[in-house]
Amino acid sequence: MSDPMRIRAQAAGGNATIRVLMSHEMETGQRKDAAGKTIPAWHITEVTATLNGKQVLAAEWGPAVSKNPFLQFTVKGAKAGDKVAVTWKDNKGDSRTDEAVVS
Amino acid sequence: MQNRRETLRQSAVVAGLLASTGLFPQIAQAAWNKNAFDAKSVAEVAKAFGAGAPVESKDVTLTGPDIAENGAVVPLAVATTLPGVKHLLVLVEKNPNTLVAKFDLSPEVEANFATRAKMGQSSDVYAVAITADGKAFFAKKEVKVTLGGCGG
Repeated sequence: MSDPMRIRAQAAGGNATIRVLMSHEMETGQRKDAAGKTIPAWHITEVTATLNGKQVLAAEWGPAVSKNPFLQFTVKGAKAGDKVAVTWKDNKGDSRTDEAVVS
Repeated sequence: MQNRRETLRQSAVVAGLLASTGLFPQIAQAAWNKNAFDAKSVAEVAKAFGAGAPVESKDVTLTGPDIAENGAVVPLAVATTLPGVKHLLVLVEKNPNTLVAKFDLSPEVEANFATRAKMGQSSDVYAVAITADGKAFFAKKEVKVTLGGCGG
């Protein structure tokens, strides 16, 4: 299991800016190991986010997103106390969800 | 005689087979858009989303550094003020696979996303907005990379 995501959700002027730092190798599938074998691609393919249980964001990522991906987006109509949950799924079928409260 | 366990397992297998045929739209949509992520040029990516050739637009913005010291971690932000946009894409033209990320827009989020991407070499980076009526608009910026980020 990977490390938890770090989520910062800050309300400002009727919206909330969400910053997420995920923990994932994001292997492109282009690298070769010491023996010359290609290291298989292993990366997040989908990211979704919900506000108080309602989906607000859906994204698809390729292997070119950097290792330990950073994501910033702004949710409209969010206020302090709202719950934000971010979920990622990768190409091996793993997934992870972490929550934060808008401050 | 089939017991309940066998019946359940068989139903699961049949459901799995049905899902893979794409008869259940929700499950098919959840699949990752492989065609788009395998595309090797900006035009191909737009086509994979059913859009026409992208047209440059002042209403799409791409923010990024002029020179990226580390091609493995290049901060990029895409935004648009166009109405009716369904997807916002980040593309790096000279990467082995051009499409980096796709964000689906909803009424609940601002059309403004930031992330960090790997760039294999100095290249044009594109922000592409795809509207609901199948048009594509882009903004581009050249980002120079001193140390390539694909590990090669």
